Amino acid sequence: MSESSTADITAEQVAHLAHLARIDLTPEELQRLTGELAQIVHAVEKVTEVATSDIPATSHPVALHNVFRPDVVGATLSTEAALAGAPEHDGSRFKVSAILGEEQ
Amino acid sequence: MAKTDLMDFDKALELFEPVLGFEVHVELSTKTKMFSDAPNIFGAEPNTAITPVCLGLPGSLPVVNEQAVRYSISLGLALGCEIAESSRFARKNYFYPDLAKNYQISQYDEPIAFDGSIEVELEDGTLVTVPIERAHMEEDAGKLTHVGGSTGRIQGAEYSLVDYNRAGVPLVEIVTRPIFGAEHRAPELAKAYVSTIRDLVRALGISDARMERGNLRCDANVSLRPRGQERLGIRTETKNVNSLRSVERAVRYEIQRQAAILAKGGTIVQETRHWHEDTGTTSAGRPKSDADDYRYFPEPDLLPVVPSAELIKELRAALPEQPVAMRRRLKADWGFNDQEFRDIVNAGLLTEVLETTQQGAAAFQARKWWMGEILRIANARDVEPSSLVTPHQVSELIALVESGDLTDRLAREVLEGVIAGEGTPEEIVEARGLKVVSDDGALIAAIDEALAAQPDVLDKIRSGKVQAAGAVIGAVMKAMRGQADAARVRELVLERAGA
Repeated sequence: MSESSTADITAEQVAHLAHLARIDLTPEELQRLTGELAQIVHAVEKVTEVATSDIPATSHPVALHNVFRPDVVGATLSTEAALAGAPEHDGSRFKVSAILGEEQ
Repeated sequence: MAKTDLMDFDKALELFEPVLGFEVHVELSTKTKMFSDAPNIFGAEPNTAITPVCLGLPGSLPVVNEQAVRYSISLGLALGCEIAESSRFARKNYFYPDLAKNYQISQYDEPIAFDGSIEVELEDGTLVTVPIERAHMEEDAGKLTHVGGSTGRIQGAEYSLVDYNRAGVPLVEIVTRPIFGAEHRAPELAKAYVSTIRDLVRALGISDARMERGNLRCDANVSLRPRGQERLGIRTETKNVNSLRSVERAVRYEIQRQAAILAKGGTIVQETRHWHEDTGTTSAGRPKSDADDYRYFPEPDLLPVVPSAELIKELRAALPEQPVAMRRRLKADWGFNDQEFRDIVNAGLLTEVLETTQQGAAAFQARKWWMGEILRIANARDVEPSSLVTPHQVSELIALVESGDLTDRLAREVLEGVIAGEGTPEEIVEARGLKVVSDDGALIAAIDEALAAQPDVLDKIRSGKVQAAGAVIGAVMKAMRGQADAARVRELVLERAGA
């Protein structure tokens, strides 16, 4: 992981992230969020003061692993229940607006 | 759309060296999904095989399917990979409604298996070692149907309908390193590689590996570099290549297309391309740069997978033969010549023939049916033979022929019924009344009737004109609607004549 510093956060980066997250930002919001994000990164940066290279990276605070479930079929949702929260559907499938782009 | 320039294949190979890479997605045949106890089934009514986890509903939490992990490790071991001491899941973020969560759970920097290789055999027996970079676990996405527009494709669609039954189905993605040196056999190698992976996962029993159902999907990366250049060329990634034949064609097409552009001084755009089975061409998809900004991060809802040494030992001990070794053994066991065996492999029917023999059929019979009638019907309908019938059904059919209950002609009729979904061969024989009449009484009655109509036949036979029996045999077969063993009828007629 590269060393980050608050100076790294630019309005362009925030605009790019906003685009990836499909969030429209006004110029004012962009400016405010760039500042706020820089603050957050700065706060997290404190970790680097104690995390030296001999400390392995961690992705989880709980020291557990291999939590599995057996391959046994359980209860499923009814189609009605599944579609209940959908703004639009055709009775069996979710209806979404036309998609530009393609499958990932 | 303007017609794409293609360079002659041999000319392209003269100027450029093709470099290949593959990403093969294998759907695991577990009973349930990767992170939820929803059933992993194909062909169910839309949105009937889903749980809150599949829909990413608030408060739902994924839990890893132990069987999927075992299958993934087995596959990693079969690919000669190292198994990670500790492996974790990651979120791959993107906005597309094929997954409701707006991310796919995948693996990023700690895949379950890495650094392997697999031997692939080309038609003439040449062995090529394909280097494997990694094999990682992830979940499949849902299925979108684009409605409106003229083609059913994305362009011009008015809306899309989403079925999440496939969302969360366990996948292993196998990623190769760049493959050099295939030269003019690059298209052949592409097909052989995918076919080898298919045989391997079938032998492991971890996937149905039916390409026409999307159980096995291949993205083919192709780049060209001018002869003598060290640096790799810019690659394209062709998606949607869903049959062995298409893999070969798509790689050939991309080599010819890229060569034409490069020869004119143009540059290749790094992008995904879509394979079109109907036209045999690829078209531009999304550019790579922007869409690859997936912002992976460790999946906070899941804990690391730490396979024990005992588990790895157990799974390693249970590994089947490597595909190349298996092919050589089967060829010897079955006693086919080079051409006969190669035809089976090229048709992608090795596993089908093998499984048919495992159900008790003789190898030559299994080969005859798969490579004959079934392949013929599949080609006529432009589908994969394995989508028509199962090895089990074929072995049943063969058993009925072997026992004398069906003639080959009747068996072909039964096969049509099986393909039409009318039931098992036995059921179709019953329902259509197709059984060979092996009751001599019924045959003799029919022979008597035929002789009554042609009274001079017996005399002719007695005077040595045995071929006269043909007229009676024909009449009897007609009366029996073909459901008699002609050889037996002949015997009975000759007996009757005292010949």
